[in-house]
Amino acid sequence: MKIIILGCGRSGARLAGLLDIEGHKVTILDIDAYSFRRLPADFAGTALVGNGIDEDALKKAGIQEADAFIALTQGDNRNIMSCQIAKHIFNVPKVVCRIYDPLRRELFSSLGIEALSPTTVFAQMCKEKIER
Amino acid sequence: MYIIVIGGGKVGYYLGKALLDQGHEVLIVEKEAAKSEAIRNEFGSACIRGDGCEVSTLTEIGTGRADMFIAVTGDDEDNLVSCQIARRKFNVPRTMARTNNPRNEIIFKKMGIDVTINGTNIIMEYIEQEVPTHQLTHLLNIRDKGLEIVEVKVPPRSPVIGKMIKELSLPPDSIISLIIRKQDKPLVPVPETTLQAEDQIIAVTKPENEGALRTTLRGT
Repeated sequence: MKIIILGCGRSGARLAGLLDIEGHKVTILDIDAYSFRRLPADFAGTALVGNGIDEDALKKAGIQEADAFIALTQGDNRNIMSCQIAKHIFNVPKVVCRIYDPLRRELFSSLGIEALSPTTVFAQMCKEKIER
Repeated sequence: MYIIVIGGGKVGYYLGKALLDQGHEVLIVEKEAAKSEAIRNEFGSACIRGDGCEVSTLTEIGTGRADMFIAVTGDDEDNLVSCQIARRKFNVPRTMARTNNPRNEIIFKKMGIDVTINGTNIIMEYIEQEVPTHQLTHLLNIRDKGLEIVEVKVPPRSPVIGKMIKELSLPPDSIISLIIRKQDKPLVPVPETTLQAEDQIIAVTKPENEGALRTTLRGT
């Protein structure tokens, strides 16, 4: 699969490494080239500097042929907007969005964006650890 | 009207001020403490500190009863998201957003934002009007109807000179609605009106027929 990851933070870089090992064609986008230091040394995909809410940057990353798009920047709104561009303008078949704010995740899930909230998931995991 | 303004930067501040002067109930939502404090000192309760993208903040300020919701922060993504929350979660009847990147207007429209205002485009439109070499000038978009009002000047060698309006083959949904003639008063055209060189034609058309209209009237 051709996969675009937006945001090369810890999660983005780690996901890029995992998908790369499995043989996917990964392109990772970040506004800061310094973030790419987090990528594994043997990363075979493409790392591109660019703004994820700019159509031209997304096109350069190959969004028109992408099978999946995942937004993992630090900004909930940036993630939402880039996912909506991916879904509604470029018709990417699979779009996943990280939204920290649980309420915002709920709303945008109901609007058709497949979204994960690390806040909700992690709080639940912590709770289970304590209760066990 | 109760109008919520998201973003207390320069645009939000002056917009809020103008709306207050018009007698509206206005609330400016600004995230930064210093900025919101400064506005509060001037406008009192017409400003609160908060994140205009958070459902809890928007609930607290009574977004459900807002007549209009305007997002004018400096970040397109924040404006897009807050307007969508206002519209989808709180059913605000009218949402407006400022965009910085002109290309973003498309996604804003697709996501159901009623009006998007793009500073770059507004300046470009003024340049078009000021620079006479432009062959067709956009004057106004008639939203919801998919129509626009444009201005075309008939050049000296245009094939339409000396022809009556009823003889022209205009593209579909295109109407010549006004002619402004040199030294003359503006005239409302009838089918028998004969076109002259240098006529300024104000026409209603669809964006997709704009090219055909220009070709018909200018010959190029």
